[in-house]
Amino acid sequence: MSTPTTVQHQTSRHRPPDERRLPWYHLLFTGLAGLLVAVVGLSLVDALSVASAIIVGFLLHLLLGWAYSLLREGPRWAKDRLMALLVIGAFAVAMFPLFSLLWEVVSRGMTRAIAARPDPFDFWTSSMSGIIGGADAGGVFHATVGTLLITLWASIISIPIGLFTAIFLVEYADHGWRKTLGTGVTFLVDVMTGIPSIVAGLFGLALFIAVMPDDSVRMGIMGAVALSLLMIPTVVRNSEEMLRLVPMDLREASYALGVPKWLTIVKVVLRTAVAGLTTGITLAIARVIGETAPLLLTVGMVTSVNWNMFDGRMATLPTFINQQYRAGSANCMSETVTDPISQEVYACTITTNIDRAWAAAFTLILIVMVLNILARLISHCFSPKLSR
Amino acid sequence: MAAPQPINVEDLDIFYGDFLAVQGVDVQLRPRSVTALIGPSGCGKSTFLRTLNRMHEVIPGAYATGRVEINGEDIYDPRVDPVTVRRCVGMVFQKANPFPTMSIRDNVLAGVKLNHRRMPRAAADELMEQALRGANLWNEVKDRLDKPGMGLSGGQQQRLCIARTIAVQPEVVLMDEPCSALDPISTLAIEDLIHELKQEYTIVIVTHNMQQASRVSDRTGFFNIAGTGKPGHLIEIDDTDTIFTNPMNSQTEDYISGRFG
Repeated sequence: MSTPTTVQHQTSRHRPPDERRLPWYHLLFTGLAGLLVAVVGLSLVDALSVASAIIVGFLLHLLLGWAYSLLREGPRWAKDRLMALLVIGAFAVAMFPLFSLLWEVVSRGMTRAIAARPDPFDFWTSSMSGIIGGADAGGVFHATVGTLLITLWASIISIPIGLFTAIFLVEYADHGWRKTLGTGVTFLVDVMTGIPSIVAGLFGLALFIAVMPDDSVRMGIMGAVALSLLMIPTVVRNSEEMLRLVPMDLREASYALGVPKWLTIVKVVLRTAVAGLTTGITLAIARVIGETAPLLLTVGMVTSVNWNMFDGRMATLPTFINQQYRAGSANCMSETVTDPISQEVYACTITTNIDRAWAAAFTLILIVMVLNILARLISHCFSPKLSR
Repeated sequence: MAAPQPINVEDLDIFYGDFLAVQGVDVQLRPRSVTALIGPSGCGKSTFLRTLNRMHEVIPGAYATGRVEINGEDIYDPRVDPVTVRRCVGMVFQKANPFPTMSIRDNVLAGVKLNHRRMPRAAADELMEQALRGANLWNEVKDRLDKPGMGLSGGQQQRLCIARTIAVQPEVVLMDEPCSALDPISTLAIEDLIHELKQEYTIVIVTHNMQQASRVSDRTGFFNIAGTGKPGHLIEIDDTDTIFTNPMNSQTEDYISGRFG
């Protein structure tokens, strides 16, 4: 019986399996042992909680697993196990806030965003116009419109400026006075990256107050200008890196075919980098779409839909979240509230304001996710194809 | 087409900023033939090659003084646009560089497409087939013209680049060590191709491989430098047979017999 296997071992070009190597499930045993010791130990000192048990349990698991492996497998494998566990642990720690945040926002936001009212998408199709007290009604349509419009305009301003700056830095600022200018621009872009968002808001406000007759002017475009101030440096930085990744070979190949420089930039450099550029620009948009402070200053807040970027205040999702959360618990005198004008009757819910804030946060995350998916699709369609 | 004219280079000095890289080149390169340039690394042969279609100007601060006459016209005349020079003097690089975003078909037609020139589909197809046949690549790729150019093997990619270059219908093709990244079989394919191409084009090839120079070229030029930091010079140019058997200059003899370099 045993002869064939021995022969197989000898003829096999692979090394024979290490007899001392422990099976993978020994991790489960040391893990469970670590957890058990942690629970018992922590309850003895009266400090038992889920978090403390997991943390102490993990550390004990590291220690136990390492010691056990050292005895059974030898020092090299013990080190391997320890390092693998540390890497996995670091990954888990990094992922925890992400999933915890997503879970919190989705679970709390869903109750309000997709409620069991007659129209399930009521929250996304109605505004806060005429909603009073703790009424179980109202939505973020006006704020979504505002956020999308202002972000769109901020992108319209920032993407060309940022992209052209990046093209200048990569393709033209190579020597002489252009290089000096390029160094200056890079420095200023770095400085701009560090501008606090509230300062950008104040700049937008001051800029428009300086040229408008009315000091109390508030317009969507003011917010877009303030946001573009935050967006441009990110677009420049990201695009510059992507353009630098395009190999010089391709530019030379294009020049050697008698293609002028500007066409080479448009059709070879930008075309090759388009996947990276889309990702970079999406990151820049995602960065500004959640800005609150500059929008509070420049566009303020309203309860109804305003489609006009050049006239009057606009609602945006981040300021809406801020406003609703600050409103806190609603004052419910009775089971229902009646709208004094339309005479409509709503159920009164104490938590309605907080719920709206979470649902608006959920909406904001959805928008960012959709943008990311779109960017992924564009990148995928335009990325260089290497497969056979 | 008019009778082919030689490339006349007169008193050409090539600079990188303040640094004089190549000095005093006076040479006539024969049309419809292959001229090989050999010499040790850093001697300026690639630099000289790139001045023949003003590609060296891509490097910041690089410029050249003197005359380079192609078709009886000085390409360094201030009124001449480097872009038009490059349309009649094509170039193949050391590393095959097909455009990664384009299919095989689009790579061959890149000279047309990137320049926004409109061309009827039938004419474009004919040009593409002609160029691919000219580069001995047609039979290998005719069934996958819409596949990415990067999917080809290294040698095929280099022939694709040659097809792309000849699709612009230049008069001169410059090759900068076109085989140095290829295996012997692919190298042989390219060398055979060079033999065919010289019927129609004036070819200047830079190579580190002296056997290759003796195999493919009609005339061979030898570049050398006196030392680091000194400018490169064209030491000698003559028929390939003469250079490899009976060179005039002792430096050339030392180099080809392997005494240095």
